[in-house]
Amino acid sequence: MAAAATPSLRIATPYRYRKIKSDLMMSVTIAATIITLIPLFLVLGYLLTKGFASLSWAFFTHMPAPVGEPGGGMANAIVGTIEVVGLACLMGVPVGVGAGLYLAANRSSRFSDWVRFSADVMMGLPSIVVGIFAYAVVVRPFGGFSALAGSVALAVIMVPLVTRTTEEMVALVPPELREASLALGVPQWKTTLAVVARTALSGIATGVILAVARVAGETAPLLFTAFGNRFWSTSLIHPINTLTVQVYTYAISPFADWQRQAWAGALVLTAMVLALELGVRWVTGGAAKAPR
Amino acid sequence: MSELEGTVTDRVAVIRREATKSRAEVRLFGDRIFNATTYLLAMAILALLAGLALSLIFESIPSIRAFGANFFFSSQWDPVNDQYGALPFIYGTFVSSFLALLIAVPLSLGVALCLSEMAPDWLSHRLGFLVDLLAAIPSVVYGLWAVFVMGPWIRDYVEPLLSHLFGFIPLFQGPKVAVGMLSAGVILAIMIIPYISSVCTDVFRVVPHTQREAALALGATKWEMVNTAVIPYGMTGVIGAIILGLGRALGETIAVAMVIGNSPEISASLFKPAATLASVIANEFAEATSDLYVSALVELGLVLLVMGIALNIVARALVQGVRQRRFQEGAK
Repeated sequence: MAAAATPSLRIATPYRYRKIKSDLMMSVTIAATIITLIPLFLVLGYLLTKGFASLSWAFFTHMPAPVGEPGGGMANAIVGTIEVVGLACLMGVPVGVGAGLYLAANRSSRFSDWVRFSADVMMGLPSIVVGIFAYAVVVRPFGGFSALAGSVALAVIMVPLVTRTTEEMVALVPPELREASLALGVPQWKTTLAVVARTALSGIATGVILAVARVAGETAPLLFTAFGNRFWSTSLIHPINTLTVQVYTYAISPFADWQRQAWAGALVLTAMVLALELGVRWVTGGAAKAPR
Repeated sequence: MSELEGTVTDRVAVIRREATKSRAEVRLFGDRIFNATTYLLAMAILALLAGLALSLIFESIPSIRAFGANFFFSSQWDPVNDQYGALPFIYGTFVSSFLALLIAVPLSLGVALCLSEMAPDWLSHRLGFLVDLLAAIPSVVYGLWAVFVMGPWIRDYVEPLLSHLFGFIPLFQGPKVAVGMLSAGVILAIMIIPYISSVCTDVFRVVPHTQREAALALGATKWEMVNTAVIPYGMTGVIGAIILGLGRALGETIAVAMVIGNSPEISASLFKPAATLASVIANEFAEATSDLYVSALVELGLVLLVMGIALNIVARALVQGVRQRRFQEGAK
């Protein structure tokens, strides 16, 4: 199959030209890498300059200001993001870790293959589809947008990510550890929890943090679940503000004050997400990578 | 045998046996509970995926009843008269995604080859880390940047240039605006490059060194080696990576919703505003008034879900073989 596409080596062409062509093509790959990284630096650069210009202490302590009134902050959105993501962890992490332990313990059963496959498919699904799911199972039955609905959406996105990293991390634990524990008469469940999962704990925690970083930046599944709220609310059954949704509404608004706030919000959001990602990489020595 | 002695020994034996038995039972009981719990949690993943699909199908029944197959061929999206057709969004989704692939695939391949063939190890890991950072930036931040920085650039520099050079093609005609298909395609490309390039880099890294050495021994230059040994060997994985990237592009929502202009029209020009399946859901779902309106939007989501599942199945199947090879080779 591959052979058909393979061009033959044209030895007849003088080496000098082939060498020039080779150098040229390889420089093209370097150019591609540079071009790819330009947007990264542009985005981060604009975030830092525009974001810091509009960032102030009030941003963290004040509520959103009405149109025309300068100043104000996103205190409620910051608290909302923490609440929604935290609740998503409470729901998503136990499911993900449990399923991951199951997959690691039963690596080659047909059922495991199906679960693994479903988790992989779920990881690639558009997050807005998950938002519709949360709308159908939480917003509709409860009769309104709520923080809980937003958390359910984010939890569904977290589960497959946590499952796959947990499985991978637990599979790395040497089987001898497990056997030693079983040979000492420790029951299987205790071995799994106190020895195997314990050994893989830092890896599992890494996976959870990467999943948190991923869902903290999600906007689409929150638009019609957590919805957003201009006022202070920490209630689970009422709409709640989140950083991402607030940045989105401000960014597409026609008001200069709000657009400035959007840059500040984006800076804080990106700083949060990158701090989690970079922190994890730094602690694990660069080995950690989000599953794709 | 004295009766008394017999009873005592028997009793002790019985007590011992029962103690062991109950300890074993407790242990088995604990195992059983633990296994059942993790089994149920694993089952929850299957249930979630099935629930996702079923709830979307269920919610879109009114729309399916009302429009049937016509939903996919009608380009009329008219909430005022409760008439819904998905064609403009399907068109917008595919055109913006293919535009993104057109830009992202060559760049991603370049990045992957640079990281696997050119850069020394220490540099390769640092560059790979930077490319990965592109995937860590939240979508709404890309959207914000695209609205205020990239869109105006495209309007002021890229679109005039394109229409000057290729203005005779309808694709590059029309008024130059910051929000439109072209802006959406470019921001999508930036967002999917890290996904495609990281899989491609993995794929190229597992090409056995013997393949490379054989090509070099035959007198190939570096590029000829890449072209004859590395790329053909990793072709399956590369195609899988591209399909994975396509899946990402189809479903990307917020950044696209912010720059595509959200107009349910099919136009030949890439400069004109358009809309995608995901962007229209993001924009209109919370404000959808009638039940049929909501249902039609959910059906758009169902289309996204089906495409997402299909693309993922194909892509994972193509990439999986390569990934497994990586784990085996990575072990040594």
